[in-house]
Amino acid sequence: MFESFDLIALGLLTGFVFGFLLQKGGVTKYEVIVRQFLLQDFTVLKTMLTAIVVGGFGVYFLEGQGLAKLSIKPALLVANIGGGLIFGVGMVLLGLCPGTAVAALGERNRRAFAGTLGMLVGAFLQAESYNTVASCAKWVDLGAMTLPQLFHASPMVILSGLAIVAVSLFVVLERMERKAR
Amino acid sequence: MNLFTKQRWSPYLVGALLGMLTWFTFGVAKKSLGVSTNFSQVTKVVETALAPEHAAKVSYFSDYKVPSAFGWEAGIFAGLIFGGFVASWLSGDRSGQATPDLWVKRFGSSPVKSNALAFVAGIILIYGARLAGGCTSGHGISGSLQLAVSSWAFFFSLFASGLATAFLLFRKQAA
Repeated sequence: MFESFDLIALGLLTGFVFGFLLQKGGVTKYEVIVRQFLLQDFTVLKTMLTAIVVGGFGVYFLEGQGLAKLSIKPALLVANIGGGLIFGVGMVLLGLCPGTAVAALGERNRRAFAGTLGMLVGAFLQAESYNTVASCAKWVDLGAMTLPQLFHASPMVILSGLAIVAVSLFVVLERMERKAR
Repeated sequence: MNLFTKQRWSPYLVGALLGMLTWFTFGVAKKSLGVSTNFSQVTKVVETALAPEHAAKVSYFSDYKVPSAFGWEAGIFAGLIFGGFVASWLSGDRSGQATPDLWVKRFGSSPVKSNALAFVAGIILIYGARLAGGCTSGHGISGSLQLAVSSWAFFFSLFASGLATAFLLFRKQAA
């Protein structure tokens, strides 16, 4: 029923830092999440894009040195896109996502508690109903496809492009926010 | 002012540190950072214990490689709660305990209504995440930084539907 102690300990440490950062970043707050989707607060996008760019360069560097192995989730596009569309509705209704909801439990957030109970039930309903939607979910299967494979470019080129887009967006957002203040 | 007692950190600082956290998970733990798998795992472990024959017929567990034993994901789950607790305690941030202002303005101050809708929202949220194969952590951060096509497809669709839902629900507040 339990994996190795090492893995649980590493998970605990990772989870602790993760939860700490999410709380300090303000993304455990209903208003911050909902106002992102109302385009009034860009904390979520700023945090995620920074994490993706910084994380991406590091992880691909480690992979190049043979120090890390990638784990690419299969591109089952109907499942990915359909799931994403459902997820967006839930994220606005709850004002949290799964990770930030669990971190918000540490804040003794009642909505996070109700949401986490809902997630336990939801995971059960999803697994139980999967057999009936499976053939549809697996309709378009591109395998473990990455953007570098899709565009025939090196990961570093794509990450650099992403970094330029992210930094430009940040500059525009900071200017807009300074004006609005 | 001490950084640890400060209530809010810059999103760029938090994002950069989260990015570095993934160097640790991929480089040291040899694992991807995710949260939602844990919920499917609870279902799998409980079903396997209570109704093993039925659990064997749920093809989701094998199709999406849901792990049978608690480990990495369960550690993250417990750590997340503790991390959120310590971070809010250090800064004396209790804002998470109240019903949010924006919610009250739109849906009223009933805590029962707020909790009931949060419960339903949790069901929808994890249904989407598990169908897609991950959430804002597993797809949104870990998958996107690995430049996975699946993760970027998920990222764009969650934003599109989140925008539509938010503007439909909060028409007055959006103006």
